[in-house]
Amino acid sequence: MAKIWLKNIRYVYGGKRRKGAEALKGIDLVFEDGCAGALLGPSGCGKTTLLNLISGLLKPTEGKVFFNDTDVTDLSPEERNIAQLFQFPVVYDSIDVYGNLAFPLRNRKLLENEIKERVIEIAKIIGIEQFLRDNPRKLNAGQRQLLALGRGLVRKDTAIILLDEPMTQLDLHQRWFLRKELKKIQQRLNMTMIYVTHDQYEALSFAEKIVVMKDGNIVQEGTPETLYDYPNTSFVGWFIGTPGMNIYNFSIKDTMLDFNDFKINMPQNMKEILKGRTGMLQLGIRPEYVRYSKEEAKEGFFLTKLISIENMGYFKVLTFKVGDTVIKGKVLREVEINEGQETWVSITEDEVNLRIYENGVLITK
Amino acid sequence: MKNMRVLFLLLPALVIMFLIAVVPLITVFNYSLLDLFAGTFAEPVGWQNYVSTLRDPAFMSSIKKQFLFTFIVILIEIPLGIGLAFTLPKQKTSWSVIALILLGIPLLIPWNVVGIMWRVFTRPDVGLLPVIMSKLGVVYNPAVNGGQAWWTMVAMDVWHWTPLVILLSYAGLNSIPQEFYQAAKIDAASIWSTFRYITLPKLKYVLVIGLLLRVMDSFKMYDETFLLTAGGPGNATELLSIYTAKAARGSNYGFSSAVSLVYLFIVIVLCFILYKTVMSIGEASK
Repeated sequence: MAKIWLKNIRYVYGGKRRKGAEALKGIDLVFEDGCAGALLGPSGCGKTTLLNLISGLLKPTEGKVFFNDTDVTDLSPEERNIAQLFQFPVVYDSIDVYGNLAFPLRNRKLLENEIKERVIEIAKIIGIEQFLRDNPRKLNAGQRQLLALGRGLVRKDTAIILLDEPMTQLDLHQRWFLRKELKKIQQRLNMTMIYVTHDQYEALSFAEKIVVMKDGNIVQEGTPETLYDYPNTSFVGWFIGTPGMNIYNFSIKDTMLDFNDFKINMPQNMKEILKGRTGMLQLGIRPEYVRYSKEEAKEGFFLTKLISIENMGYFKVLTFKVGDTVIKGKVLREVEINEGQETWVSITEDEVNLRIYENGVLITK
Repeated sequence: MKNMRVLFLLLPALVIMFLIAVVPLITVFNYSLLDLFAGTFAEPVGWQNYVSTLRDPAFMSSIKKQFLFTFIVILIEIPLGIGLAFTLPKQKTSWSVIALILLGIPLLIPWNVVGIMWRVFTRPDVGLLPVIMSKLGVVYNPAVNGGQAWWTMVAMDVWHWTPLVILLSYAGLNSIPQEFYQAAKIDAASIWSTFRYITLPKLKYVLVIGLLLRVMDSFKMYDETFLLTAGGPGNATELLSIYTAKAARGSNYGFSSAVSLVYLFIVIVLCFILYKTVMSIGEASK
């Protein structure tokens, strides 16, 4: 088990000279020992490149990779003692489940009774001990992915487990199953596990530390709660959440905030923050904090039209429209509301949950 | 109702199959039970033709030669084909495309042309090979030396058909996802165990096709051998096809029909056994 420390990592595809193919632009990052971490970001943000640098499949153009204060930058994947899960379950169909789990140990020339003990121990942890003598094809996709994980766990010296979008080929039930199992195993063994995904839900439910990436940079790192409540950029706010944060550009006209399609009075506690700001200002609010009312109520409400209602299970997503501006709201499914209604909406009612960004960067506390 | 419609749609294919395969087969089977000589008389003789086929020492000897030949060429072509496929670059570059085209050339040449090429290549008077061999101090004349005729025939087959195995294995190798090799690397697998537990099982289906094609084709091979050695010297290279053709030339239609059916039976049984064997490889081993 190990701590991962990435120091000023740059990576350019095709060598140093080619410009424009810079996948990582100076990454500094620490994952503590035993940490359940996630690299989250849209396609092409560099998260898979970063994972390959940790696993050793790629060497950084600049910078160093440390495991537990040991420089592993020039070591190969097998010398780094990592284990990896891929986008589909990599299991060896030509050998049975036992043989799969024993494979890394046999390659390392362990004694057969040591192997047996270890294989049975790990098979119990990943919950497939009743399948030891079966062909892996008998397992379902989630169990096969766990078997692939088992090949990593079976070695006692495995430092880090890397998971590269391991749910890609799984159906919803399998995903739910595997997510639960992975979390359980991570907590039980206290292994450092790094999970790469573009699916915020997977990252938020698995990891205690999430690193959000965009265009080869880290935008924010933190716990799921921090990322959700205090997205430090409007990108993170928009990227995380279902649906993401409502983000609106605005300008200050006297004591009013002008959102182009509507104007509202400046909330009291914002006067201090907004004083003297000259950059591009944005207001962010999570859909669940958007308030609405059937009749003209209080200050800060403006008239919109409710154009659609999406049922998402235990909650509903409401889409309001005023001019060209779309406002997403979120209510419990019990709330009765009809499409097509004229509705009064406020985005400033919950002042503590407002986030203000200047040039995309959070300026509220 | 639905089944009737399926039958109706299959009807044209069934009629054609019936005319080109079933009818001739039944006819041949009918002939094989008759004493039929050049159309002059026909008398039912039961299984007599089969008995005399199986009792003919020339027939039994041609079966032995056939099995030996097939065994040798497969033993050479399959490992050689897989090995050469490994040496081809995985990425598609213009060089690998050129290499693939060059490799495919022997496959494009008609069988009788291959036979003629090798005939000319090995002829004692004008051929290149005898000249090279005599420089090396070996008297090479496949028209006289049965052993040399044999190895020439094997070399010709290897030259002609190894590219098929290469192309099949290459396609099979390229269809194995890279992740398997990365995982094997992480598991510290040796080159041999990577091959044994990942590459070979994943190549299995492609290799079955290659193996079946090669077994069937080597059993059917006629033109090349006929042009190269015509079964000679003596009957040293008289494979099953050449024996059968000789039997058919003799106007003894009943007998040659029986020979053909035994020939067909051997090929079908062999392919069936091979298919079953290869499909079970790696199924249950640990």
